[in-house]
Amino acid sequence: MSGFIQQIINGLSIGSVYALMAVGYSLVYSIMNFSNFAHGGIIMFGAYFGFFFMTLYKFPFSVAFIASGICAALMAILVERVAYKPLRDRRAPFLYFIISAMGVSIFLENIIIATIGPTFRTYPEVFSAQPIKIGNLAIGRIDLTMFIISAVFLVLLIYLIDHTKIGKAIQATSFNMKASALMGINTDFIILLVFGLGGFLAGLAGVLFGMKYTVYPQIGNITLKSFIAAVFGGLGSLQGAVIGSVLLGIIETITSGYISSQYRDLIAFVLLIFILVVRPMGLMGKVTEDKA
Amino acid sequence: MLSWYYLKGIIMLAGIYLLPVLGLSLLTGFTGLFSFGHAGFMAIGGYTTAFMMMKLEVPFIPAILMGGLFAAFFSFIIGKLTLKLKGDYFCIATLGFGEAIRLLLDNIQYFGGARGWPGLPLKTTLITVIIIDIIAVILLRNIIRSRHGRNMIAVREEELASSIIGIDTFKYKMISLVISAFYAGVGGGLLGTYLGFLQPKIFSLTRSTELTIIVIFGGLGSLTGSVVGTILLIALPEILRSFANWRLVVYGVIVVFIMIARPEGLMGGKELSFDVLRNLFRKRVKEAKAEGGK
Repeated sequence: MSGFIQQIINGLSIGSVYALMAVGYSLVYSIMNFSNFAHGGIIMFGAYFGFFFMTLYKFPFSVAFIASGICAALMAILVERVAYKPLRDRRAPFLYFIISAMGVSIFLENIIIATIGPTFRTYPEVFSAQPIKIGNLAIGRIDLTMFIISAVFLVLLIYLIDHTKIGKAIQATSFNMKASALMGINTDFIILLVFGLGGFLAGLAGVLFGMKYTVYPQIGNITLKSFIAAVFGGLGSLQGAVIGSVLLGIIETITSGYISSQYRDLIAFVLLIFILVVRPMGLMGKVTEDKA
Repeated sequence: MLSWYYLKGIIMLAGIYLLPVLGLSLLTGFTGLFSFGHAGFMAIGGYTTAFMMMKLEVPFIPAILMGGLFAAFFSFIIGKLTLKLKGDYFCIATLGFGEAIRLLLDNIQYFGGARGWPGLPLKTTLITVIIIDIIAVILLRNIIRSRHGRNMIAVREEELASSIIGIDTFKYKMISLVISAFYAGVGGGLLGTYLGFLQPKIFSLTRSTELTIIVIFGGLGSLTGSVVGTILLIALPEILRSFANWRLVVYGVIVVFIMIARPEGLMGGKELSFDVLRNLFRKRVKEAKAEGGK
């Protein structure tokens, strides 16, 4: 039994980082209605920012952490300006956005391979590897930090969206961009804000992820799983993204704990297809109809 | 400098990749469906062909056709399940499918697992590739020019409107998907017997994306574009091997640039065929005559 609880705890910890990434996919989807595959690249850059801030410039962890988030946010905004804004101005169909996003993602991944190299890099040790013991359970310090930091930022984000004026503006824009613009909301600014928020959280998630595992150019592939989590919970819904991520984290750790760690990724993708077949709008997503 | 042997290899590689690209061209360029899982169909075709030849000792051509058919069969199931989905959910589903196939093959030790399957018979020759390519292009051109092809284009342009005038949109999307998966499967089979080696890693998500990129680069709705795109994007990087690391960086930039600046791609939906050339020639002659008449 304690083994099972241990798996749940590990699942919660990894799931909470997935959630930090997944809300980025969901935020962008809720406003622009396309899956922003460049998000994985931003997460990877976040991990590299954190790594270089801490090794090259010897920043303390907290400073490096926030600085990586800010750099990633700026990058996300830059990507929006360069790769999506021209398409938005032309009112291109959503597929063009996806392809453009794929292009950005290929670019980001390979620019790292071409310049810094494809090697794996490990973060300096910030938290001691000694786990905290509670009875039979051992909770890694990194896992605990990951969970707490993620939870704090997710609560902040949801508060921002639900209870502030700017959050209301984001909601309005996601509901109907044209009408919001007519009501005096600067939708262009809202889009930048959404990319900035998503990018900031992506940067934080990248640092946490890199700290727990290692940093390498293909981290973006792992972030695909947070995308699965966003689809699982319902694209466009923040609460859905969080719930989907936590569930996916738990499913993954239980799979690797009780079946085999080799099937962990497979399970995630099979789950994706299953969800799309059974309930494409996800757990919490809204049902969308084609507008004629 | 460039030995014929090396050049032949590049031509064959481009010829092999032309098949999945042509399939994708039908699906994306003419039916308006995007797939990020065609590497998965290639994998199914490749592994089926290898299985047929290695374990059941089926001859080369039937084995390749079986590979294509098996990929088509899988696409039929996937299509049944996901073609009803709206918007980008279909392309997310194909993404999930492609990755699931790759991860599944990683775990099937019978086919060598993640380490790969070496020692496949090297049956693919330049002549076979060229003949299959020519047959594939002619077949596809005839499909596109037929009533079915026109219905697919109608689905691409206005799905709702075409369903109202009585086109079974689901059926035509399905036909398009199955044909494109068949092409991808045959391509996979040829690839395996060309390399003599199969590994799940070959059929990654990046490969699927690359295929889609080639179609877009060549121009949606143009077979000529797909052919030219394949030759340029597969052959050129092979020749410029020393920039291998920068190849995909440039790819990424090209894709974004095309989306921003020239979304219709290289050929912009136009075809280059003998008819076009003849018409062009006639027009010139007519103009010349008109000039002379004055």
